[in-house]
Amino acid sequence: MTSHSPLRFKNRIYYSLVAAGGLVVLMGLYAAHMMEEHGHIITGMNNQIVWGIPHVFAIFLIVTASGVLNVSSIGSVFNKPAYKARAPLAGLLSIAMLAGGLTVLMLDLGRPDRIIVAMTHFNPTSVFAWNIFLYSGMFAAVAFYLWTMMEKRMNPWSKPAGLLVFVWRFVLTTGTGVIFSFLVARQAYGTAILPPMFIVMSFAWGMAVFHVVQAAIYEWNGKLLDAYVQKRMKNLMGIFVIATLYFVAAYHLTNLYFARQAEFERFILFDGGVYPLVFWVGYFLFGNLIPLLLIYHPALGKSKCILFASLLIILGGFSLLYVFIIGGQAFPLSIFPGYEVSSSFGDGAIGLYRPSMPEIMLGMGAVGVSFLITAIGIRMLDFVPHEIPKSR
Amino acid sequence: MSDTNVQRRQFLKTSVGAAAVAIAPGMLLFDMAHGKSDPVSSKVRWGMLIDTANCADGCNDCVTACNKENGLSGGLSPTDSQWMRKVELKDMRSGRTLALPMMCQHCEEPPCVDVCPTGASFKRADGIVLVDKHLCIGCRYCMMACPYKARSFVHEPLHDQKPDVPRGRGTVESCTMCVHRVDKGQQPACAEACPNKSILFGNLNDPESEISKKIRTVQSTQIRADLGLNTGIRYQGI
Amino acid sequence: MLKLFALLAALCMCASADATESYGMPKLDIGKGGQCVEEPQWMRKNHMKVLFQQRDETVHQGIRDGKYSLKNCIECHASLRDNSVIGRADSFCEGCHRYEAVKIDCFECHSSKRSSALVQKEH
Ligand code: HEC
Ligand code: HEC
Ligand code: HEC
Repeated sequence: MTSHSPLRFKNRIYYSLVAAGGLVVLMGLYAAHMMEEHGHIITGMNNQIVWGIPHVFAIFLIVTASGVLNVSSIGSVFNKPAYKARAPLAGLLSIAMLAGGLTVLMLDLGRPDRIIVAMTHFNPTSVFAWNIFLYSGMFAAVAFYLWTMMEKRMNPWSKPAGLLVFVWRFVLTTGTGVIFSFLVARQAYGTAILPPMFIVMSFAWGMAVFHVVQAAIYEWNGKLLDAYVQKRMKNLMGIFVIATLYFVAAYHLTNLYFARQAEFERFILFDGGVYPLVFWVGYFLFGNLIPLLLIYHPALGKSKCILFASLLIILGGFSLLYVFIIGGQAFPLSIFPGYEVSSSFGDGAIGLYRPSMPEIMLGMGAVGVSFLITAIGIRMLDFVPHEIPKSR
Repeated sequence: MSDTNVQRRQFLKTSVGAAAVAIAPGMLLFDMAHGKSDPVSSKVRWGMLIDTANCADGCNDCVTACNKENGLSGGLSPTDSQWMRKVELKDMRSGRTLALPMMCQHCEEPPCVDVCPTGASFKRADGIVLVDKHLCIGCRYCMMACPYKARSFVHEPLHDQKPDVPRGRGTVESCTMCVHRVDKGQQPACAEACPNKSILFGNLNDPESEISKKIRTVQSTQIRADLGLNTGIRYQGI
Repeated sequence: MLKLFALLAALCMCASADATESYGMPKLDIGKGGQCVEEPQWMRKNHMKVLFQQRDETVHQGIRDGKYSLKNCIECHASLRDNSVIGRADSFCEGCHRYEAVKIDCFECHSSKRSSALVQKEH
């Protein structure tokens, strides 16, 4: 009896968590329904800021879905047992976040009812079309990979499947970066540094999300994470965060070097109002400095610290994407270089954007989808990492 | 071959030619009355030459005509469609000011067409860049890619559209160079409305057209020519 | 004998109902009348095909105002009462689709009104 009631209690918590996740998803669906009925007028997006909060959520989830697979790649491609034990969980998280990201991307379309058109009409010159293909291929690849790991008979296939996923996710993150790289006319985008930057970002954010979920699972099951594994993983995460910071710095510094981009950098880094604030406080301070301190300071670096650092890295990721996607559009296009311009259509003026409730709900709904898939997946199948004794 | 034979041939040629000249306008009229039945061809490339020196400050007639022709509300909020707008420019070095109408530049290499995932953005054989609104899913990637900010997204359900210009919620739209008029042999509404005749519409591929002749004689520019998109809209006096 | 007769009569009624207007569908307001662009029976099955074909030809090739153009259908089929093909239970396009449970989005963009009537109103 005594051993039963904590279990019952835990079950209750589990079901209420799942219910809460379901509620968030329902709210997202309701928001999507409102957007379809009233049009995008109920969002903060307009003809200048054409991609808003939903895209910040979608791109974060998709990029992170690719990055979280790092854990399994290190296990299968580079043969590290500590990571191998975690590969199934990473695969599940990847599928969950991919599903969330794609859902919000789809529901934000002007005509989500025409999703069939998107699947039957394919413009081969469009990176966007290629990405739709890459995203759905990713599902299949990761699902196959999971199967090879969980089904004994399929185990021999696990290595080639892992390799396929490894390659696929590189291409996928590159593709996501290229969506922006191809926008030559926009000052914030249109540079070849974006694809590698997206790849490194995906590593850092993927590790952070993995840490959060892993910490939650261990806490839930009353297990203690092996100190050695913990140390390896946190150091790796730290390296990825530093690498991301390096790329972000390189992106802004090269921009500063070009005279025609200097104006844009001034805007995004110094006098652009909310965008510099989010960049310096949200991304730089909370997304880099504090987490790095938490990870590397000799007195810190315990599991609570790492959990906190991971959460901050996720916050930093959202901040960076907000500045990149929305700030990048808010800065006016340079249609007439050398001229001061004004018009009724916002030429030469900073675009205004205020995220509205429905679009935030839609974005949260995507996170809800990812959470539900993860929570249910862990419960139904055995995704909890089983430490191989004496892992090295 | 005898002389008479050559003469006869010459006569036949001239008379057939004359007959053709006489009949052609009639055929053209027939075509106009009954709509066009031939597909548009790449022998034509429609374009415009806009003389900014003649573009009067404060005059908005082209924009008004565009709104009326295409059934746009004329609203100026950031979520309202504006297919055409007047842009005021001031040279930062010399302080010279000018104004010009801005709209879809109907590029030969349109970025919107390259990026569109479903192929809804397309370029007609005669160079007019359009959105096939039956295929548009409203992803707005084309709006991100357009260097001219020429496109608008329909943010709200619409009512009482013009029969010639269907428009609707959730799709992207832009200047169509008034295809529905051009196909009937008319000019775009803005060109017709300009009180100073500053918008010259015509076939860039026909060396004898008024627009081609003028482009050969006056200095004209393409906006953001550095992008190499070869726009169909050219400006004079920038 | 009587039973058989009744059965036959009932069958006939069903068949004729099938041929003209199915049971439960409102009598459609066919508009101006005259002759449809194709055999009505054929049109009933295939009107979407001709419309889609015309749509692609017009939008991509500029082939306009053919007899299969949507504007042409509306010119004829719009009700003489309100000049529209939608909006009422017996409106031509809407009445039948409602009954058949087909949903079309055409009139979110396309005017449902007879254009000649709109022109008259403007003058
Ligand atoms: C010149 C007038 C005219 C035009 C133009 C016309 N129709 Fe018709 N249509 C008719 C008439 C008359 C009928 C016969 C109605 C009846 O007898 O029930 C008809 C019948 C139909 C029917 C079958 C209705 C039923 O009750 O079975 C359909 C469907 C239809 N038309 C669709 C179209 C479409 C689509 C177009 C445009 C491509 C079009 N029509 C153009 C006059 C026209
Ligand atoms: C999002 C807006 C939109 C929707 C929805 C839409 N159309 Fe269109 N349609 C257009 C536009 C824009 C044109 C081009 C008009 C032009 O170039 O003159 C067009 C042209 C056409 C044409 C050729 C012009 C004519 O009058 O014949 C046909 C036919 C057509 N559409 C059929 C349809 C059908 C059938 C549907 C519903 C299944 C539909 N459209 C839904 C926007 C739309
Ligand atoms: C007599 C009944 C009837 C009338 C009248 C009618 N339709 Fe239809 N329509 C149908 C049926 C039934 C379908 C579905 C056929 C199928 O799915 O195979 C359909 C399908 C369509 C579709 C294709 C929908 C899709 O998404 O595939 C279009 C477009 C369409 N109708 C347009 C029209 C227009 C425009 C009119 C008015 C001019 C009209 N119809 C009048 C019966 C009718």
